[in-house]
Amino acid sequence: MNHESVQNNSAYILDVTNLGIDFGGLQALDDFNIQVKDREIVGLIGPNGAGKTTIFNLLTSVYQPSRGNIQVTGRSTKGKTPHEVSQFGIARTFQNIRLFKNISVIDNVKIALHNGMKYSMLSAILRLPSYWREEKAATKLALELLAVFNMQDLADQPAGSLPYGAQRRLEIVRALATNPKVLLLDEPAAGMNPSETAELMSTIRDIRDQFNMAIVLIEHDMSLVMGICERILVLNYGLIIAQGTPEEIKNSPVVIEAYLGQQRGE
Amino acid sequence: MTFLYQLINGIQIGSIYALVALGYSMVYGIVMLINFAHGEIIMIGSYITWYVMSQMGLHPAIAILAAILFCALFGALIEKVAYKPLRKSERLSLLITAIGISLLLQNTAQLIFSANPRMFTNIFAGSIQIGSRQFSNATFVTIIVSVLIMIGLTLLVNKTKIGKAMRAVSEDNDAAQLMGINVNHTITFTFSLGSALAAVAAILYCCSYAQIQPTMGSMLGLKAFVAAVLGGIGSMPGAMIGGFCIGIAESLTKGYISSQLADAVVFGILIVVLLIKPTGILGRHISEKV
Repeated sequence: MNHESVQNNSAYILDVTNLGIDFGGLQALDDFNIQVKDREIVGLIGPNGAGKTTIFNLLTSVYQPSRGNIQVTGRSTKGKTPHEVSQFGIARTFQNIRLFKNISVIDNVKIALHNGMKYSMLSAILRLPSYWREEKAATKLALELLAVFNMQDLADQPAGSLPYGAQRRLEIVRALATNPKVLLLDEPAAGMNPSETAELMSTIRDIRDQFNMAIVLIEHDMSLVMGICERILVLNYGLIIAQGTPEEIKNSPVVIEAYLGQQRGE
Repeated sequence: MTFLYQLINGIQIGSIYALVALGYSMVYGIVMLINFAHGEIIMIGSYITWYVMSQMGLHPAIAILAAILFCALFGALIEKVAYKPLRKSERLSLLITAIGISLLLQNTAQLIFSANPRMFTNIFAGSIQIGSRQFSNATFVTIIVSVLIMIGLTLLVNKTKIGKAMRAVSEDNDAAQLMGINVNHTITFTFSLGSALAAVAAILYCCSYAQIQPTMGSMLGLKAFVAAVLGGIGSMPGAMIGGFCIGIAESLTKGYISSQLADAVVFGILIVVLLIKPTGILGRHISEKV
């Protein structure tokens, strides 16, 4: 690969090659490849322990890979810290909700807007115009983002006091606030009932259309995965065992075997 | 009237405890470390002010600025050199390191400045008559300055991006990073801010209690630590309330019971708090992360 043109040499928003990680002697993930185009919705499925969340942790530099390369919007994440990678344009939600529970809903969002706020410490202390201007702009933007999910009325409540479904939505808003090009959703429908899941599906499509971003999601709810993903990767024991359109995945014998076990009397 | 006088004294020393306790609490909130070297920052702040003012003969304002800046940088330096390499290790190692840093600083100060006490000139000379009692101007400057700083700090933490970053990091370090917050900067800033507050506390303290010596930070630091625990360690309003409570309790003990018992009462409070409500007045319930 030509090292001089590392920037933007990839047509993909997210370009992962030969990714692998070992925890001690355990190979948690090996030879993982994924190329995600702009505005694509990709699903990541597989039995528990297959390595799905590990992939998200690698993509966001929470873990450093043992092997392989990750490029986010054309930039390698090698040796970068999670906050630097976040600035490349990748954001995520968590399987177990990790909001700042004692902080108000709007401040949760404003914290994530940090990247865009440029006023200095001094102007904050002296309350200079630049401070007021940016704080006001941030508040406005945060409210607009909350409005996408009809949550603007909850702005001043502590995040931890929201009902479960609203907390999941707030996590997505907070991730959007970092202005990502790729959004990673870790089991967004967990704990939701069928009607909430259906609503979430249309929201995910709306987000993609409104904010022009690629979305990679981990999900066990097959109605959601089959309903909105354009492409699906199936993982088992840290390896990709199948990939393709929802139709192809549904009928893949390898996938059925991974989920249901081998059929007898073949 | 004695009650009023003791109350004023108590609020004065209490506001100093509060400033120092804020440093303990902020640092604890963000890295879960009881920074036992925090008391030594008070001592360093006192010596810097004394040196610039009395030895170099410069204006007190310059001395104050020098002390605050030096302590802010020094606090950040301690974090970088001593605590940062241990961030992923057990909390006990951090605690022992903090005690080690504390001893190192005390003894280094003894080498540089000798163990003999030095006299600190009161920057805020003059006095005010209240009833039959004279109160030093320093008393009121201390109370006013501390209250202003506490208001400023509350605004900083609630209304600015660095303040919000501090709260985010203290709630969930990993999630904060993934939201694009530079956790290292935030931790460094917190140490600097806490140390700057300790420097201010040092100057205010020395204006009322003129003697400075290398070990002066340990007792003051310990009492402020008790204040932080009483208020609920990790909570900033808690540190302020705890500081005033300890100051007033100490001062009332001195006034009505015996000045020799004042320390006993302060540490007695610590024991009672730990027995009855270990999370302190405003402490958050610590749920173990799994």
